[in-house]
Amino acid sequence: MPVTRGFFRKRDEGPAGRLPPGQYDTGSSWPVLTAEAAPDLAPADWRISVDGLVEAPSTWTWDEAHALPGSTYTGDIHCVTTWSKFDMTFRGVSVDDLLTAARPRPEARFVLAHSSTGYTTNLPLDDVTGGKAWVVWEVDGKPLSREHGGPARLLVPHLYFWKSAKWVSRLELLAEDQQGFWERNGYHDRGDPWREQRYQGDA
Amino acid sequence: MTGIEAVTPRATEWTTGTIITKEQPTPDQVRLRLHVEDRQRHDPGQHYVVRLRAPDDYTAQRSYSVASDGEDPLLELLVERLPDGEVSGHLADVAEVGDVLEVRGPIGRWFRWDARTPAVCLVGGTGVVPAVAMLRTARRLGRTDLLRVAAVGRSPEHLPYAAELARAGALVAYTRHDAGDRPAGPPRPDELAPLAEGAEVAFICGSPRFVALATPLLIGAGVDPTTIRVEQFGATG
Ligand SMILES: Cc1cc2nc3c(=O)[nH]c(=O)nc-3n(C[C@H](O)[C@H](O)[C@H](O)COP(=O)(O)OP(=O)(O)OC[C@H]3O[C@@H](n4cnc5c(N)ncnc54)[C@H](O)[C@@H]3O)c2cc1C
Repeated sequence: MPVTRGFFRKRDEGPAGRLPPGQYDTGSSWPVLTAEAAPDLAPADWRISVDGLVEAPSTWTWDEAHALPGSTYTGDIHCVTTWSKFDMTFRGVSVDDLLTAARPRPEARFVLAHSSTGYTTNLPLDDVTGGKAWVVWEVDGKPLSREHGGPARLLVPHLYFWKSAKWVSRLELLAEDQQGFWERNGYHDRGDPWREQRYQGDA
Repeated sequence: MTGIEAVTPRATEWTTGTIITKEQPTPDQVRLRLHVEDRQRHDPGQHYVVRLRAPDDYTAQRSYSVASDGEDPLLELLVERLPDGEVSGHLADVAEVGDVLEVRGPIGRWFRWDARTPAVCLVGGTGVVPAVAMLRTARRLGRTDLLRVAAVGRSPEHLPYAAELARAGALVAYTRHDAGDRPAGPPRPDELAPLAEGAEVAFICGSPRFVALATPLLIGAGVDPTTIRVEQFGATG
C-alpha cells in the first residue's frame, strides 16, 4: 500500500508492546460508542442469566451477583474505532464462576451475550473461560455509568470492546456460532485486536 | 440497477482513493471528493475508513461518514479539523488534490437508511454528514416525503452543508445564532413533533454530548426509543 505523501507519525506508541496495530492511546478520556438509546435500568430490576446448553440454567439478581466471590480486572481495553485505554480497573464477577454454577454441556462451544436492549454479540466459549471474561459493575472504584453499560456489562478485554456487551442480561450457550448485532452488520466474528480482526473478511 | 435493495454486501477490502477535489468551506472543515478504485455501492448513512501510512509504516486510521449519494461517481467526505487531530489535521492541512489514500468501505449496516422507510434524523455539527447522503438519495429517488431532517449547529460556520440542508427543507437550528425569525436555541418539542410524526426509524448522529441531548428530545417528540439508531463521533469531553 502507498505511503501517504506528507504523513509522519505524530503520536508516540505509548507503553512498549501494549498498543495493538492501528490503535492509539486515548489517554484520560473514555469515548462512548453506542448504537442505541441507553436504557435506564435500575439495579433492582437487573438480572444476569446463563442458559442454553447448560445442565442448570441459572439467574442472579443484583444482590445475588454481588454475594458471589468478587473478581477484578486491571489492564487495557481496545475499541475497534481505534482507541485503546490503559490501566483500567473493573470489578464484578468472573464469567467462570457463573458457568461453574450453570454447568455447560459438552456440546456447548459458543456464547451469545444478550443485553436488556436486545443487543447481542457472539463469542467462542474459550474466549470467556479461564479468567478472560467478567460481568462488571464498577470501574476505577465507581459504579459503571449508564452510558458505559451500567448497571452491569460484560467485559472481555482481550477482544475489541463491542464484544463487552453493555447492559448484559443473559449468556446463552450454543453448539454453533450465531452472529450478534455488529457481526451481522459487518464486524468480525472474533475481534482479536492483536490480529486486527475488525471487519468480516479480515483473517 | 437502481434500487438500494440490489446491493449484495461483500467483505470490504482495502483499496485506494485519489483526491479529485478539495475544498475548505470554513477554516475548520475540509470537503474531499475521492475517486475510489473498485468502489462498492454504499447506502446512505454508511462510512468509510481512511488509513494514512508514514514512511516507517506507522499507520493511523479513522472513520468518516459518506456525504455523497451512491450514484455519485465520486465519494464525498466532510472532515472537521480537530485541534491536534492526527488524521483530520493531515486531511485538512497537508493532503492535496492528486494524493492517494488507503480507504476501506462501505462499513456499517446498521446506521443506514433503506430509502423506503419513513425516517427522521436529528443530527448535530459534523454529524449532519450521513443525513446529507440520505437527503441526496431521497432527492434522486423522488422520495423526499419519506425523510425529515433536523440539523443543529452552534452557528452557520459550525454546521457543514447548512445551505444545502436548508434548501432541502431541513429544520436548521442554531444554538448561538438567530436565523431569520428563529431565535437561537436547540430544537423545541413543537418543532420536532411534526418531523417525528409517522417516522418508523430515527437516526441520531453527532458528538456524545449532542447525542445525550438529542435522544430525550426525540423521545419527547413521540419517537419510539427502540427505533432510534445512534452514531457518535469523537471522544467524550
Ligand atoms: C462511524 C464514524 C463516522 C465518523 N464520521 C465523521 C465525519 O463524517 N466527519 C468527521 O470529521 N469525523 C467523523 N468521525 C470522527 C473521525 O473518525 C475522527 O475521530 C476524527 O476525525 C478525529 O480524528 P483525528 O485523527 O483527527 O484526531 P485524533 O488524533 O484521534 O484526536 C482526537 C482528539 O483527541 C485529542 N488527542 C488524541 N490523542 C491525544 C493525546 N495522546 N494526548 C492529548 N490529546 C489527544 C486530539 O487533540 C484531538 O482533539 C466519525 C467517527 C465514526 C466512529
